[in-house]
This record gives sequence, structure tokens and C-alpha cells, in this order.
Amino acid sequence: MVGRTKAEISEANRRRYEELRAAGQEATPKALPPATNLDGAPIAPQSVISREEVPSGWYDTVRLRRGEALRIVDTSGLSSVSVIGWCEHDPSERINCADTAKVQWSAALSKGRVILSDMGRVFLSLIEDTSGAHDLLMGGSTPASTLAAFGESARNTHDNFLAAASKLGLGLRDIPPCVTFFAPVSLDAAGRFVWNGARKRPGDFVDLRAEADLLLVLSNCPHPLDPARPAAGGPVTLVRHRAPPAAADDPCRTTSPEIARAFQFTDRLYEGRM
Amino acid sequence: MPNQPKPDPSDAVYSQEVPAERPWSRILKRGQTLRIVDIEGQQAVDALLYCAEDPAERYSAQDTLRVQGSAYIELGTKLVSNKGRVMARIIADTCGRHDTSAGCCSCESNAVRFGEPTKYQHACRENFILELSKYGMAKRDIVANLNFFMNVPIDPSGNFTVVDGISAGGNHVDITAEMDVIFVVSNCPQVNNPCNGFNPTPVRVLVWDQPAV
Repeated sequence: MVGRTKAEISEANRRRYEELRAAGQEATPKALPPATNLDGAPIAPQSVISREEVPSGWYDTVRLRRGEALRIVDTSGLSSVSVIGWCEHDPSERINCADTAKVQWSAALSKGRVILSDMGRVFLSLIEDTSGAHDLLMGGSTPASTLAAFGESARNTHDNFLAAASKLGLGLRDIPPCVTFFAPVSLDAAGRFVWNGARKRPGDFVDLRAEADLLLVLSNCPHPLDPARPAAGGPVTLVRHRAPPAAADDPCRTTSPEIARAFQFTDRLYEGRM
Repeated sequence: MPNQPKPDPSDAVYSQEVPAERPWSRILKRGQTLRIVDIEGQQAVDALLYCAEDPAERYSAQDTLRVQGSAYIELGTKLVSNKGRVMARIIADTCGRHDTSAGCCSCESNAVRFGEPTKYQHACRENFILELSKYGMAKRDIVANLNFFMNVPIDPSGNFTVVDGISAGGNHVDITAEMDVIFVVSNCPQVNNPCNGFNPTPVRVLVWDQPAV
């Protein structure tokens, strides 16, 4: 840095930013793997650790160890599943939707993308995904949103998260913005949220591979933008299983220099080098 | 909703310059209005709000966007808490575009985005941690924040980009508290993306009491 003026440093930083942006928004999306087929990626019976069916309106808490994966199946095609999560050994580290979008230059999650924590580490990799239609921006239902939609109180994601957090010794302070799977939300040109209902199909599923030891809470409540409410909703199936080990060329680990670094920082946590 | 008539700076009960890269906070009483002035232009100001009576109730970016039905903070936006209550409102805005989806910069996310050496650059989260410690709060209490004067367009395909701010020198935003709130600001130190025009600069904060009816 010696000898460079402030203007030269600014110019160099701008150049680096533009190079990263071009790579992140032009090259990376083209290299992402295609969506999983609805009948693809069967789980070998011996890899299944546990299976749970969560009724509409309810939640489940899952301890997912590094290297395990969680399959979430929207059996009816009518559900959306909101997810939050913490690092098991230090719950002040948690899912961070803002960093997830910012680091990947995209608010659109699909196969090959990852979900980051607030500490620059990868929590979850989307190793399989039939849908590619998920919400990072708008969040789950609340007492007020269900009252407005149904005309009466109803089970909702905000209360589910609070109940689940409380059972783990956590509270309102610990609940971050959530990721909602099978919630096809996008923005129109004016910045308004739009629901793309045609992108929901019965049997859509996503496989989330844990890259750290995690506590996850999953809430099966209709998304607040889903026009099919209150009729929307059905059970979802959660399958915890042993994921195939990540190869060196694992598609989730190699999408961009940013993501490669996030994995490097995550791996260090488990190599005792922090 | 039209911009409210400008209050007279000479009537302000508080006026303070926040130096580049520094935090600031103050308890705003219900009815008080905070103005943040982007003195030189293109300066992102990260902000968090907590209910003064019970700080577990705090600003919620997702609740704010859900209630509004759209993705950007602008004139008329109600800032909604994690309990669904309106904490404050944007009553004047000469910039026109603010973000609440991109979060704050941190040493850790800088290292991921821009390379490991940038881990040792000052960041908004460091500011937030230090300022929140005055109120007995910690990193755990930092949620997805507001970014005044920061321009983060999200296109229909999901592309999410921090671009050059549209805020010109002297642009301001006025926020009226609807409950007593702890208002916490980090005058963003980021030099690796265009949110501050690659050159962090000071901002000014002013507070007015509720006008007599």
C-alpha cells in the first residue's frame, strides 16, 4: 500500500469490486448445477438417520451435524417451510440472510447455493433442489399477518420460532430473519413482492447439507404472500440423512472465490485452527 | 405522502456531527424526529432501533418489508418491530432510496467478500457492538439493519447488487419515533464497495421535539 494515494486505493478497490460483481452475476450463475429432478437423488435406506412428518402449522427442531443433510419435502405442493438456525456450540452465531444474498450477489437460492452465518462461515449447502423458488427477503407469517389473512388467530411462524427457541434456552433476541423454502417470491420492476404460484409442485424437495454443527428450527406455515391461504398448507416430511462426502470439486464449494473462502473459514473451525 | 415541511435547524434540541467511520446513539422519545444528513453525499448510514422499555423488541427488516409489500425503504415506510408494532416512520426523504436487505459490513463478511486481509479493516458490526454495549447489549442483539442512503437494487431474477449511492451532498431523511426507542447508528467505514463512494465521510444527526399541537 506504501506510495499509493487515497484516490489510487479507491480506484483499485472499485476495480476489484467490479471484477467480483461480473464474476458473481455473470460467470457464477451459468456454472450452477441444474435443478434436481422430482424423481432424482434417492436417499439410500441405510443413509437415513431419522424421518419426521410435520403437520401444517407446526414446527420441528433438528440437530444437524456437519456432514449430515436434511431433506425437506413439500409433499402436497401447498406448503412453505421457514428455517432459522444457530451454531450448536455458540448460538450467537446464526443464519444471516443479508450476508447470504450479499456474498452470492443474489437473493435467489437454488441448487449449488449456500446459506451463510453472520461469522463468514457456511452453515448449509443446497446440494439438491427441485424448486429454486425460495424467499430470503420477506420472512414468515406472524400473529398480525395471520389475523389479517384469516380473520382470526392462527398458528404462525413467528410464534413457532419463539416456542422452539425457548425450548433450547434461547429467546426473542436470538431469532434472526428466516429463509423460507418453497416460497416463490420475486420482485417486480417497482420493487413490489410478487408470488409466482406456478413454480410450486407437489413433491418439491431440497437437501440441506450441514457444513457446521447446527440447531435448526423449521416452521411449516403458509407464507404470508401465498394467495391460497388459509386453504394452503399440508404436511412436510423431514428426512435427516448422511450426505455423500463433499468431493474437492463439490459444486457448492466452488461457485466463486467468495464461497471458497467461506468454506475455508468454516473448515478451520473444525481443524482446531481458530 | 408528501414530504413534511422542513423543521428549522435552529429549533433542533440536539445537533451533532458523526465523524466518518464512527458510531452514535441516542434515546428518541415518542414524537421526536431524528434527521440524518448525508453531508457530502454517497454515505451509507447503518441503523438499528430497540424499544427503550424492552430492547428484546427491536427493528425487524422482514416484518417491515412484509407489512409494506415492497423491498425498499422510502418516504412513508413504517419501521416495524419483531412484535409487529410500528416503532417509527419515515416522514421526509430527499434521497429516495434506502436499503434494509443487505445487512451491515463485518470483519468476517469482508474477509469472505474481499479477501482475508480486509478482516483487519474497521466495520459497522464493530461499531454496533461497541455502541450497544452502552445499553447492556451484545452481538447477539444485532439484527438485520437499515442502510440509509445505500442503494441495493434487487432485480426480478434476484440479482442483488450494492451500487453507487444516489444520495447527493445535503440529502437527508427524517424519522419520527412512534415509541421511545434506542436509535443506534454506524457511519459506515466500508471502503471495498460503492456504498460510500469508496470514501467514508461524516454525517450530521439532529433531533426535534414533537411540534406543539
